[in-house]
Amino acid sequence: MPTNDMQTLTLNESVAREIRAYGVGTYPHECCGALLGAEEGAHREVRALHKLINRRTDSPRNRFSVTAEDVRDAERAAEQAGLEVVGWYHSHPDHPALPSEFDREHAWPWYSYVIVSIVAGEPQAMASWRLTDDRMRFEPEKIVTGASAERVAPAAS
Amino acid sequence: MAVKVLIPTPLRPFVGKRNSVDLKAGTVGEALGSLTTEFADLRKHLYTDDGRIRSFVNVYLNDEDIRYLDKENTPLKDGDTISIIPSIAGGAEN
Repeated sequence: MPTNDMQTLTLNESVAREIRAYGVGTYPHECCGALLGAEEGAHREVRALHKLINRRTDSPRNRFSVTAEDVRDAERAAEQAGLEVVGWYHSHPDHPALPSEFDREHAWPWYSYVIVSIVAGEPQAMASWRLTDDRMRFEPEKIVTGASAERVAPAAS
Repeated sequence: MAVKVLIPTPLRPFVGKRNSVDLKAGTVGEALGSLTTEFADLRKHLYTDDGRIRSFVNVYLNDEDIRYLDKENTPLKDGDTISIIPSIAGGAEN
């Protein structure tokens, strides 16, 4: 049975910059995308991003969603890059980088969930979280900055 | 009917890191029931407390979403593949 000891996520500056930029670019709406990378033991590294389109056109200021087909697209992009989908990122416009109850209710275990806070159009804190196996809460994941990552093609609309 | 259930990455830790599970069932619902009986820790991630498949859990029989078939009552044939595909959702507090 998997445990939830403190885990680390290496997220280098170019990846972090790209997440922040996407959050700023979509503000005041939530942005979203896939984290592509690899895992060795308790250490996970994000090496690329796969931007996605927020499908919640009814409530994009405080909700995001991506479809099963979007997930499959991200998985194909990861496979082509020799990586795997290790998690997802999204922004919280004018809200902190803390997972909400809505985030918790809809989360999957194992994935890293990176959230970036965008306040008044400016990037603020970025944090990463993993859902506990009992679904009761998110555990923080320590973000470690590392070497630069590569970019995969952005999602088609 | 002998079928294969493809396990998405986030659920593999709950099935011994396997990417698929072979089992026998007559319907999609029976297959998922057998899966969560054998791997009890999977259940809370696939089903709500009142026994419904979670909204962000997509179940495909071969290439078709079971929502457009007969849902969990969709009958199975030998050699069918059931795929569990995540949707991803979230957002800030209201």
